Amino acid sequence: MSADIAHTIRRTRDRHEAAARSLALRARIVLALGPATAAGGVAWALLQPWRLTILHPAGQGFWWLLAEPPLYVVLVGLIFRRLLAPGLVADLHAAEEPEP
Amino acid sequence: MIVAGIQPKAEMVHWWFATGFLVLGLLLLSEAVVGEEVWGRRPWRRYLWPGFAFGMGVLMFPVMTFFTSSTIHMVAHGSWAQTMMLAGAAELGVARGKLHSPYWRLCSALALAVSGVALLVHEQNHWLFSRAAFLHHLLGWSVVAAALFPLARAFRPRSSTAALGFAATFVLIAVVLYCDRDVAPIFGHLDFYAGVPHR
Repeated sequence: MSADIAHTIRRTRDRHEAAARSLALRARIVLALGPATAAGGVAWALLQPWRLTILHPAGQGFWWLLAEPPLYVVLVGLIFRRLLAPGLVADLHAAEEPEP
Repeated sequence: MIVAGIQPKAEMVHWWFATGFLVLGLLLLSEAVVGEEVWGRRPWRRYLWPGFAFGMGVLMFPVMTFFTSSTIHMVAHGSWAQTMMLAGAAELGVARGKLHSPYWRLCSALALAVSGVALLVHEQNHWLFSRAAFLHHLLGWSVVAAALFPLARAFRPRSSTAALGFAATFVLIAVVLYCDRDVAPIFGHLDFYAGVPHR
């Protein structure tokens, strides 16, 4: 095999490997966004439990029982992970595949 | 008076909008990570954040109506409502393909700049008056500075720095709004005239 062809094959393979690594990293970031957000909400709830009125609901009015900011954060993270992230990662992989 | 008796506290409305901004931040962040082409592979996804921003602008109108403690508050809430709707509508037009010029993205820069100025103008107390005053000043200056990101996006649509910065702006807005309380100290300071902190 000519040295030129060998170098071209190696360069192409390196490029493909770099693209695959970038793809895997982006997919991981997208999949981690939701859980990271939810974890932030859980950490906030642990640090400031008084922000959750459902933990001590006696005497609280309707709005105070509805306003649970740490739970909102957890909910946003879970919904993002469940509804949006899987489709995004699937499209990310589909975009990298060669057109038939 | 009846409405005032049953309406939620202002801080709760801040937390609800914080949740909306967190959703916007996550959507924009994931779009910045995967890129515009991958994001647009499912048509409904293209309308997601512009539609959400437009909806939040619409929801600002009830806030403007029911939380009018002064004229300047009404003007500030009204300007946020209008500019959020403008930015959302312009981005919806771009996503739909009805608007072709990338310069329509300048509407988002305008929305952030106007919002920042409105935040600074309508907060008439000094930084350490209370937590709410501090957060309004912080948010105002941050949002004015962050208007540079959508400005950069209009001129360099493929810039990942601009896209990530734009997304991070909404996450920052969410965090600051979640920290807001009606009456609470900031770094141990609470002005005598700020009132008495509740729960």
